[in-house]
Amino acid sequence: MSKRLRNILVPIIAILLGIIVGTIIMVASGYDAVAAYTALWNGAFGNIYYTGEVVRQVTPYILAGLAVAFAFRVGLFNIGVEGQFMVGWLASVWVGLAFHLPKFIHLPLAILASIIAGALWAFIPGLLKARFRIHEVIVTIMMNYVALYVTNYIIQHVITNNADRTPSIPDSASLRSPWLASITDFSRLHWGIVLAIICCFIMWFLLEKTTRGFELRAVGFNQHAAHYAGMSVNKNIILSMVISGAFAGLAGAMEGLGTFGYVATKAAFTGVGFNGIAVALLGANTALGVFFAALLFGALEVGALNMPLAAGVPNELVDIIIALIVFFVASSYLIRWFIERISKKGVK
Amino acid sequence: MKKRKLGLALSLVLAAGTLLGACGKTTDNNNATNKGTKNAKPSFTVGMVTDVGGIDDKSFNQSAWKGLQEFGADNNMQKGTKGFDYLQSQSDADYSTNLNTLSRQGFSLVYGIGFMMQQAVDDIAKQQTKTKFAIIDAEVKEPNVASVLFKENEGSFLAGVVAGMVTKTNKIGFIGGMESAVIERFEAGFRAGVQAANPKATVDVQYAASFTSAEKGQAIASKMYSSGEDVIFAAAGGTGTGMFKEARDRKAKDPSKDFWTIGVDSDQTAEGVVTAGGKQVNVVLTSSMKRVDNAVKDISTKAMKGNFPGGQTTTYGLAEDGVGLAPLNDGMPNKDAIQKAVSDWQDKIKSGSVKVPATRAELKTFSAK
Amino acid sequence: MEYVIEMLNIRKEFNGFVANDNITLQVKKGEIHALLGENGAGKSTLMNVLFGLYQPEQGEIRVKEKPVKISNPNIANDLGIGMVHQHFMLVDVFTVTENIILGKEITSAGRIDLKKAEREVREISERYGLAVDPKAKISDISVGMQQRVEILKTLYRGAEILIFDEPTAVLTPQEIKELIQIMKTLIKEGKSIILITHKLKEIMEVADRCTVIRKGQGIGTVNVSETNQNELASLMVGRQVVFKTEKIPSNPKEEVLKIENLVVKDSRGITAVNGLDLTVRAGEIVGIAGVDGNGQSEFIEAITGLRKSEHGSVKVRGKELLGLNPRKINESGVGHIPQDRHKHGLVLNYPIGENMVLQTYYKKPLSKNGILNFKEIYNKARKLISEFDVRTPSEFTLARALSGGNQQKAIIGREVDRNPDLLIAAQPTRGLDVGAIEFIHKRLIEQRDNGKAVLLVSFELDEIMNVSDRIAVIFEGRIVAVVDPKDTTEQELGLLMAGSSRKEAGESTHV
Repeated sequence: MSKRLRNILVPIIAILLGIIVGTIIMVASGYDAVAAYTALWNGAFGNIYYTGEVVRQVTPYILAGLAVAFAFRVGLFNIGVEGQFMVGWLASVWVGLAFHLPKFIHLPLAILASIIAGALWAFIPGLLKARFRIHEVIVTIMMNYVALYVTNYIIQHVITNNADRTPSIPDSASLRSPWLASITDFSRLHWGIVLAIICCFIMWFLLEKTTRGFELRAVGFNQHAAHYAGMSVNKNIILSMVISGAFAGLAGAMEGLGTFGYVATKAAFTGVGFNGIAVALLGANTALGVFFAALLFGALEVGALNMPLAAGVPNELVDIIIALIVFFVASSYLIRWFIERISKKGVK
Repeated sequence: MKKRKLGLALSLVLAAGTLLGACGKTTDNNNATNKGTKNAKPSFTVGMVTDVGGIDDKSFNQSAWKGLQEFGADNNMQKGTKGFDYLQSQSDADYSTNLNTLSRQGFSLVYGIGFMMQQAVDDIAKQQTKTKFAIIDAEVKEPNVASVLFKENEGSFLAGVVAGMVTKTNKIGFIGGMESAVIERFEAGFRAGVQAANPKATVDVQYAASFTSAEKGQAIASKMYSSGEDVIFAAAGGTGTGMFKEARDRKAKDPSKDFWTIGVDSDQTAEGVVTAGGKQVNVVLTSSMKRVDNAVKDISTKAMKGNFPGGQTTTYGLAEDGVGLAPLNDGMPNKDAIQKAVSDWQDKIKSGSVKVPATRAELKTFSAK
Repeated sequence: MEYVIEMLNIRKEFNGFVANDNITLQVKKGEIHALLGENGAGKSTLMNVLFGLYQPEQGEIRVKEKPVKISNPNIANDLGIGMVHQHFMLVDVFTVTENIILGKEITSAGRIDLKKAEREVREISERYGLAVDPKAKISDISVGMQQRVEILKTLYRGAEILIFDEPTAVLTPQEIKELIQIMKTLIKEGKSIILITHKLKEIMEVADRCTVIRKGQGIGTVNVSETNQNELASLMVGRQVVFKTEKIPSNPKEEVLKIENLVVKDSRGITAVNGLDLTVRAGEIVGIAGVDGNGQSEFIEAITGLRKSEHGSVKVRGKELLGLNPRKINESGVGHIPQDRHKHGLVLNYPIGENMVLQTYYKKPLSKNGILNFKEIYNKARKLISEFDVRTPSEFTLARALSGGNQQKAIIGREVDRNPDLLIAAQPTRGLDVGAIEFIHKRLIEQRDNGKAVLLVSFELDEIMNVSDRIAVIFEGRIVAVVDPKDTTEQELGLLMAGSSRKEAGESTHV
């Protein structure tokens, strides 16, 4: 069986398997599976408003996925995307609120702030890894908690006077556009999706086409050989964390300058950064893969909101069905193995 | 190579699209018929959006859903798009989508449960001007939005009175979830109540910085009990379950000592049951209840009858039965005296002769009498 | 004559690729039967068929003249076939006995009877002269001992026929000698041995008969006593092989590499290189002879910038290298064929073509302004692939998919192409077959003839003797003697490597 054919077949089989097992579970517990999947589809694409919302939801997922994937390609597991995302969110809103500038300066400045904040937040674990070989997973997990409480503190005691959320940013720093809202029937779709797609391209170009990417990937595959070949392993480790953090910070700006327009104190993690891990793994850590994986995640997440109302399926079951689809897509290795076995028998 | 892969992926998405799209046709028709019937016979429908806690959070959302169910039962409505229903949010980003969905489904009145939804309700109310909205615990100044606030300070004042009269060590604890105006009302009212009933008692105020971390609640409660505090009030959502656990554990180990707790939002008596010294006791003195259910029923009824308080803020206090104290624990000492004191204060607050402070600043100038 | 194992007309294919085609192997009782072939000739496939890991498409297997069907390794074990794997399958934290009984534990009332097992292991060990301590932990014993544990394991399971898969690849010369002794003892005790190897010398020394396979085909079986190395080699490769590498006398010129009082610590912080002095001149090959673990790896890593040195001086054409990073050292005219090609030499997940530019990708015309020029990169790769005869389906094939010999050829091509003044080759032929070794030796000598300095580190004395113009013996981190290969012997070198002084070594060999 050709590799190409297999590449199409595997995700299709995965999604179908997820749907089939979900159907069995729903039928067994007495719910209408057709209605449920219809509600899922309609909740994501049945209406231009929902499609706009899907794209909006996909935007931070793409960037968070790119962040995880980028570090992964250099052999680092950046669990800290969540924290970098939160500081990026805060930084973008802070700059959005602190200045009164024309839009063509204000918006780029606020976006830049999120990128720098995320990059700095990731620089610390990168530096500790490069200098002292402290494992980045431990440092980034801790940095997530630091980010959660520091951002809460800054929101409550620096930006506002003991309020739960900041005021909304002015239009001059907003990624939203009345035009995008109008063509999608008031969805919160914003220009961030364009940035996210550009970032996919940047990641692909940087890794695949440049000498820097050649080094980064070499370090990811084999640090010893990279060192032998005269590449600076430490420099590339730090750089990869910084770039990864920059993507994560930018993902934060998508929420701060796009979806919400403000930043609120949080009782717990948002989950965007952690979903980024799943998106990256599902997308095989490539830019294009991350794009489609984010699309799947975003569509499932937004579409699923509609299932309890339109099909009467309880939330818990919805969660199970979504998890099943993701599970089967993620375990495509198993399907690949299966196809290989079957095709081998065929040759005999 | 790369181009080919892109093509593959696109065709995959399209294939999936047509597949699901084919299934989708039937519902589009259903929707159309739904709309048809609605146009033919406009009836009153009501929906609510919960935050991530969902309708079984033993607190806020649960109380609101209870109110909605009771309203439905009173008016012969069914759960579903033609009667009353709810949507649960999986993250902060979903509030807007869910409010929109309910509005687009044609619900006459849509509740946003919790101050976190303020911005979302504000935005959508401007877009969906035909739908009525109500927001709990926050204010939105739009003509189609009814804002609902509670005088949590009045309920927790009574809890403070109970705590002040029960304590033997004159040391009382308060655990707040996260700093916010709502929790500040709980804190100020509680401290005022303690001060009114027992001027010698001190209140140790701690914030957990979370509404969901039971571990933190337990850690804070443990420290409080260890330092001699014998009554703790947690206005901290799920964080408070940790306090109950700590109190139960300690009571089971040391039945002769007092480890009292006070619940919040709904009657949390069930959280306090523990077997200590061979008999069943309860460590929950009472709960400072926030009757979201009453408020939801009230606003829904008004809306159905055509006098929806759009653009207004309705504040529910003791007098409106919007806050209150759960029945007192039979196991507490001097129950009758305490019950009487609570009733007295309740009358004074209802009559307006005592004004309960709502902020720390007001607390400073508060004097009980 | 009684055959214990007969594999008749075996054919095995994988998705259309024929790995074994009509191969016949007949092993007599009590003989050491060598199975000779180049890397990839199909030796391992054939043995895996015998061991039950693969099923043949055609052919018959007989054990003690009875036809059998071996569908899994357990059946092979029951038939008395045991395999001593090239890569040991031992649990590091277990003792020798625990490893040996693993899967065949003696239990009494659910508890493992270690005492009894230990006694049995000791008995077998003594009977075959293995001298293994049953209580030692695997992680504490040498590689040679670990191999004996593997042998014990098969004997414990009652093996009559032992398959040795490239057993000497990981051993020191001394250990090889001991292994050969063990094999002879095993035969004396009535066992039969199949020895998989591509080392002709060992076959000549130990085997009774030898079956040669080439490119999946059975070439034939010869009696070792009636043949010689040259004949075996040409049977294996299919053409005449030159053993004694042809070379003109060296013509050394100016000093290229000068090392003075080099001190390097190993990863555990113990001094591994201890005041080493050495010079290598243009137009000569200096071979470093020594037993593994005398500081060779640390020495090479220090001069190539992969490891920090404590003090000393390493100069190439007068330029100090210590303290420079690997890139600066590369650019100073040093080429390095690393000891471990998988760890250092290649990014296995990169296409072989991109591995060809691993040190030069940032230079024009391979890249410009930080953007890679893949056309130029692959042009260069194609050129090197054909020049150095790297057998690969294409320049886009992952380095991982190439055989060891071709990976090594690619590395040598890359390093030679950079035209370095000093070429360091650390064990450049480890694990390669005769053809590839011949090729690599030629290339090293070619570099010398072009006026380059070559530093060769090897554990194979043959290689050192054959290729070097001067031999420096390393012992405990120091060069203890520099000798001319023309007036030394393997015995003398062996003694020097073991720490004897030149004088002692000379005396003992001349007695």
